[in-house]
Amino acid sequence: MTKPLLSIEGLTKAYPGVVANEDVSFDIHPGEVHALLGENGAGKSTLVKMIYGLVKPDSGTMHLHGKPYSPTEPSDARRHGVAMVFQHFSLFDALTVAENVALGMETPPTMRTLAARIRDVSETYGLPLDPGRTVGDLSAGERQRVEIIRCLLQDPRLLIMDEPTSVLTPQEVAILFETLRKLTSEGVAILYISHKLEEIRTLCDRATVLRRGRNVGTCDPAQTTAQAMAEMMVGSAFASPAKRDTAPGRPRLTLDALGVRAPSAFGTSLKDVSLTLHAGEILGIGGVAGNGQDELLAALSGELLVPADALRLDDSPIGRLPPQARRDLGLFSAPEERLGHAAAPDMSLTENTLLTGTARQDLSQRGFLDWPRARGFAEKVIGAFDVRTPGPETAARALSGGNLQKFVIGREMAHDPEVLVVNQPTWGVDAAAAAFIRQALMDLAARGAAILVISQDLDELMQISDRFAALNAGRLSDIHPTADLSTEQVGLMMGGAHDMEVAHV
Amino acid sequence: MDLSAINPTLLLASLIVASTPILLAAIGELVVERAGVLNLGVEGMMITGAICGFAIAVNTGSPFVGFVAAALGGAVLALLFGFLTQFALANQVASGLALTLFGLGLSALLGQGYQGIKPPPTRALDIPVLSDLPIVGPILFSHDLMVYLALALVAAVWAMLKYTRLGLILRAVGENHDAAHALGYKVVRVRLLAILFGGACAGLGGAYLSLVRVPQWTEGMTAGYGWIALALVVFASWKAGRVLLGAWLFGGISVLQLNLQPTGIPIPAEYLSMSPYLITILVLVIMSGDKSRAPGSLGRMFHASE
Amino acid sequence: MLTLERRPQPSRTWSAVAPVLAVVITMIAGGAMFAALGQDPVEAIRTIFWEPLFGEFASYYRPQLLVKAAPLILIAIGLALGFRANIWNIGAEGQYIIGALTGAGVGLAFYPAESMLIFPLMVLAGALGGWAWAMIPGLLKVRFGTNEILVSLMLVYVAEQLLAKMALGLLRNPEGRGFPGSRNLRDYPSAHNAELFANTGIHWGVVAALIAVIFAYILLTRHVLGFHIRLAGQAPRAARFAGVAPARLTLICLGLSGALAGLAGLFEVAGPAGQVSIDFNVGYGFTAIIVAFLGRLHPVGILLAGLLMALTYIGGETAESNLGLPAAAIQMFQGMLLFFLLAVDMLTHFRLRWKTAEVA
Repeated sequence: MTKPLLSIEGLTKAYPGVVANEDVSFDIHPGEVHALLGENGAGKSTLVKMIYGLVKPDSGTMHLHGKPYSPTEPSDARRHGVAMVFQHFSLFDALTVAENVALGMETPPTMRTLAARIRDVSETYGLPLDPGRTVGDLSAGERQRVEIIRCLLQDPRLLIMDEPTSVLTPQEVAILFETLRKLTSEGVAILYISHKLEEIRTLCDRATVLRRGRNVGTCDPAQTTAQAMAEMMVGSAFASPAKRDTAPGRPRLTLDALGVRAPSAFGTSLKDVSLTLHAGEILGIGGVAGNGQDELLAALSGELLVPADALRLDDSPIGRLPPQARRDLGLFSAPEERLGHAAAPDMSLTENTLLTGTARQDLSQRGFLDWPRARGFAEKVIGAFDVRTPGPETAARALSGGNLQKFVIGREMAHDPEVLVVNQPTWGVDAAAAAFIRQALMDLAARGAAILVISQDLDELMQISDRFAALNAGRLSDIHPTADLSTEQVGLMMGGAHDMEVAHV
Repeated sequence: MDLSAINPTLLLASLIVASTPILLAAIGELVVERAGVLNLGVEGMMITGAICGFAIAVNTGSPFVGFVAAALGGAVLALLFGFLTQFALANQVASGLALTLFGLGLSALLGQGYQGIKPPPTRALDIPVLSDLPIVGPILFSHDLMVYLALALVAAVWAMLKYTRLGLILRAVGENHDAAHALGYKVVRVRLLAILFGGACAGLGGAYLSLVRVPQWTEGMTAGYGWIALALVVFASWKAGRVLLGAWLFGGISVLQLNLQPTGIPIPAEYLSMSPYLITILVLVIMSGDKSRAPGSLGRMFHASE
Repeated sequence: MLTLERRPQPSRTWSAVAPVLAVVITMIAGGAMFAALGQDPVEAIRTIFWEPLFGEFASYYRPQLLVKAAPLILIAIGLALGFRANIWNIGAEGQYIIGALTGAGVGLAFYPAESMLIFPLMVLAGALGGWAWAMIPGLLKVRFGTNEILVSLMLVYVAEQLLAKMALGLLRNPEGRGFPGSRNLRDYPSAHNAELFANTGIHWGVVAALIAVIFAYILLTRHVLGFHIRLAGQAPRAARFAGVAPARLTLICLGLSGALAGLAGLFEVAGPAGQVSIDFNVGYGFTAIIVAFLGRLHPVGILLAGLLMALTYIGGETAESNLGLPAAAIQMFQGMLLFFLLAVDMLTHFRLRWKTAEVA
C-alpha cells in the first residue's frame, strides 16, 4: 500500500451537550475514493470541517504527506492542497461563475485569465460551463460544476465532496463519477461523504463508517453488501415499510394546466402542470432541487394563489382560496423547510399547532385562542408520533431535525386530511424517524387519503409511491406507475425527456 | 413672481455643494449595505459628525482638522452600532434607530455653546485657468476640496467594488454570509470595516453641512438628510455611479426650492420645504419595483455556529 | 476566549432582567456623563429619579408622571404591535402631529358652538388623521413594496411643515393679533380635554393609554390576530404558510399604530398643550420607540417603560431648573438607555461562555 496522503488520529470535537466526533482515526491514500458514511448527525460534517480548517479539534492530530497538519482556516487548508465541494451554502447567486471561482482561490489571476482557465478545465474534465453567467440562473448540476472547477483550479491533492449527488439526476451522477475517476487516475484522493449506499458501492475504494461521532469500522464497499453497511451505519436493522395493495379511489385533487410565476428572482416558474390525485394513493413527484418543487407546494398550500380553475378539489375550484380556506376543505400540506416555514423556531410546540389547526381542531372561538385545547392537541401529536421532547412548551428550535419533522408531519396528519401534500418529508432526518414517517404516510393513504409526496430522494419515492412523475424546469413529466419504472427511465424523466418512447430509441 | 432672480450658473454650482453631504453619507452607507448590513443610524452619525467637525474646527481654527474629527466621530458612533449588531447580535433596525436617537442627543449635548458661532471658512480651490472659465469654471472648478474628495470617493468605491479583490469579498459577504464564512472569509471583520467606513463618510457629510453648506451649528440641523441618504442607496440600486446621480437630483431639488422661496412663486414656503421629502418618497415608490439588486444578506443576522 | 452560544430557547429570566440591568447601567454611565459635565452625579441621578417620586413636591409630580407617560404609552403600544410583526413604523411623530391637526381642526371648526358631541368627534378625527397618515406608508408598501421605514420617516418632516403651515395659516387664531398658533382650546369647554380629577392634570389621554395597554395585552395573548402578529415577526414564511396575508397585516399594524399616535396627538393638543403651535410636539413619537423596546414590546412592559421615561422627562426638567443640567443631557440619557438595552439583550438569546484556548 502507498504512504497515506492524510492520516487522522484520535480526532475529538465536543459541542456543549453533544460529542460530535470521538477519537476518530483513519487514513486516506493518494488516488483513492474514500467514502465517509453515516447518518445525519453522525458527525461527518464536523469531521470534514476539521480537515478543511473551519473547526478546530479538541484533541487528536492529523498528518498530511507525513507532516503534522493543523489548518487554522480554510485558506490554510487550500494552500496545503485540500479542497472542498460543499453540499450547499458556498455559492453566491448574484455573482458570476468566474467571480465565484475567484472567491475560492488564494491568489486568483485576472478575471480574463481566470475565464480562460475555467473554460480549459471545464473542457478537460467534461464539465461545460460559461464563466460569464450569473450563478443564480444555473441549474443545480451546473452550480455543482462551479464548485468542482473552483477546487480543480487549485490542483488539489485531496478533494472533499459533501453529498455531491443529492442534487443530480442519475445521468449527471454518471458524468460526475467519470470526472472523479479521471481525477483519481491523476493521483488525487477524494473523500466522499454520502449516505447513499449504492453509489458508494459503485464509486468508492474504501469506506469509513461513522456512528454517533465514532468510527465503527472501515470496509471495502465493493465487497460489502448494502445491508451490512446500513447496519454498521444505523447500528440495528430496520424494517422497511411494507408495500401495500392499491385500489385507487375517486379523484380528489386535480391540477389543470397549472402555471405559477416564481415569486423570487432565482425561483422556478411552474408551466402547464396537470395531474389528478386519487383517494388512497400516494403520488410521488421526483426531481432535482430547484426545479419547481417549492413553487408547487406553495401553489397547493395556498401561499401562492393561482387561477381558480387550475386547482380543483372534488371539482370545486380552489385556486383563489387562501391557505386557511383550503384547510377547511381538508387539504393540508407540509413544506420542506421545517424551521421557519413549517414551524416557527422560537415558538413552543403548542403555539406551533395554531399554524394550521385553529379551525379543524377548534383551537379558536370567534378569534379568541383556546390555549388548553392547543396544548392538548400538541400533546396528542407528540404522543401519536413519538416526538422526543420535554413537553409541548418546548421551543420548536430545541428539537432535533427528526423529532421536529415528526411533529410537523404529525400535526398535519392529526387533522385527518383528505388530501395531504408533503415536500421532502424525510430530508435530514435520521433513519428511524424516516422509516416512521414513511410508514405513517402509507398508513394514511391506506385510510383513504390522497397524498402527494414531493421528494428528491428517489429511493423513498420508489418505496412508498404508487405512481411517479418528475419535475424538470417547472414542467411535470408524464405520470407512470412506480412498479413499471426502471432507474434509467426515472433518470430520463428527471432530465426532462417527456416522451419516453422517443428516448428509448 | 420673479424667476429672473435665479442665476442658473450659481444654481448649478450650489447644487454641487448641496449634494455633497448626502453624497458622502450615501456612498458610505452603500458600502455598508453591500457588505450586507443595514445601518439606519446614518442620521445620528451625520449629526455627530456635524458637531464634532464644527467644534474641533472652531477650536483649532482649521476646517481640515475639523473634517478629520468628524470622520472619527462618525466612525466611533458606527463602532457602537458594529458592536451591537456584529458581536451582541442585536436587531439591525433597532440598533440603527438607537444610533440615530443617541446621536441626536449626543450632538445636542456637545453642541451646547456652539450655537450662533461662525466656523473658520473652508476655502474654495482656485485652480489656474480652469476656475476662471466662464460658466464651467464656477460650476465645476471653484469648489472646496471636500467636493472633489466626495467625487473621488464615489469613483474609488465604484472601482473598488468592480475591480478589486477586496470589493469582490465585500460583495460576497453581503450576498451570502454563510457561503463567505464557509470559504473562510472573516464576515464580521469585513462588516466591521465597512461599518466604520460608512460612519466616517456620514461624519464627513455632517461636517460638510455645518462647516460649508450652512455654515453654522444648530440642533437637529441634518433634518432628515441621513434618511434621504438611505433612500438614495435604494434609489441607486446599490450602484455607486447612480448614487452620484441621485445626490445631484436631491441637491438640485433642495437648491431649487430654496431659490424659489424668495421669488414670490405662489406656492407657500412650507410646501416647497416639503418637496425634498416628498420627492424622496416618490423616488422610493418608483424604484421599489426592482428589489432584486439588494444584497442577499442585507439586514440578516450572522452567527458563525460552526 | 469569550464566546456566544445560542440558547435553545430564549431565556425568560433574562428577558425580564435585561431592561432592569440596562436601566442600572444607564444610570451609572449617565452619572459619569453628568460628572463630566461638572455635576455631582449622585445628586443629578437623585434629582431625576428620586425627587419626582418621593421628594418634597412628589404629590404634584406623581400624577404628572401619568400625564407625560400617557402619550408615550399610547404611541409605543401601537408601535410595538408593528415591531412585533417586523413592520417598522418610525414616523409616529408625524402621525401624532397630523392627529393633533385633524382633531383640533374639527374642534375649531365648530367654534364657538357648544355640544357634548364635539370632543368625541375630535377624538375620532384625531384617530382617523393619524390612521390616514400611517396608511400612506402602508399602502405604498403593500402596493409597491416601498420601504415603510423611510416613507413613514419622510412623512414626519412633511407633517412638521404642514403643522407650521397650519399654525400660521388655516388654524391660526383670528383674534390672535397675528401671532402664530391656533385658538387655545382651554378656553373652549366643548373641545377641551379637561382634567378628570382636580389638580392632577390627568386627562382622557391617560384613560385611553390604560385601555390601550389592556386591549393590546388581550390581543397579543388571547387573540388570533395577536398570534399572527407575533408569528409574522418571528417567522414570516411560517406566517404565510399559516395563512396570514402580509398585506392585510401590514395595513392593520400601521393603521393601528397611526390611529393611536393620532389619538395621543389629539389628547395632547386639546389638553396639556392647549393649542396648535409650531412646536407643540416635543418628540414623543421618537421617544416612544425607546419606550416600546424598553418595554420588550410587551404591553405591561411598555406601561412601566412609559412611566420610567416620563420620570426622566420630569426629573430632567427639575434637574434643568435646579442644577442647570442641559436638556440635551436627558435626551442623550434616553438614547443611551436603548443602546444598553440592546447590548444587554443578547443575554436573552445567547449564553456567554469562557472557553479555554483551543488546541489547534
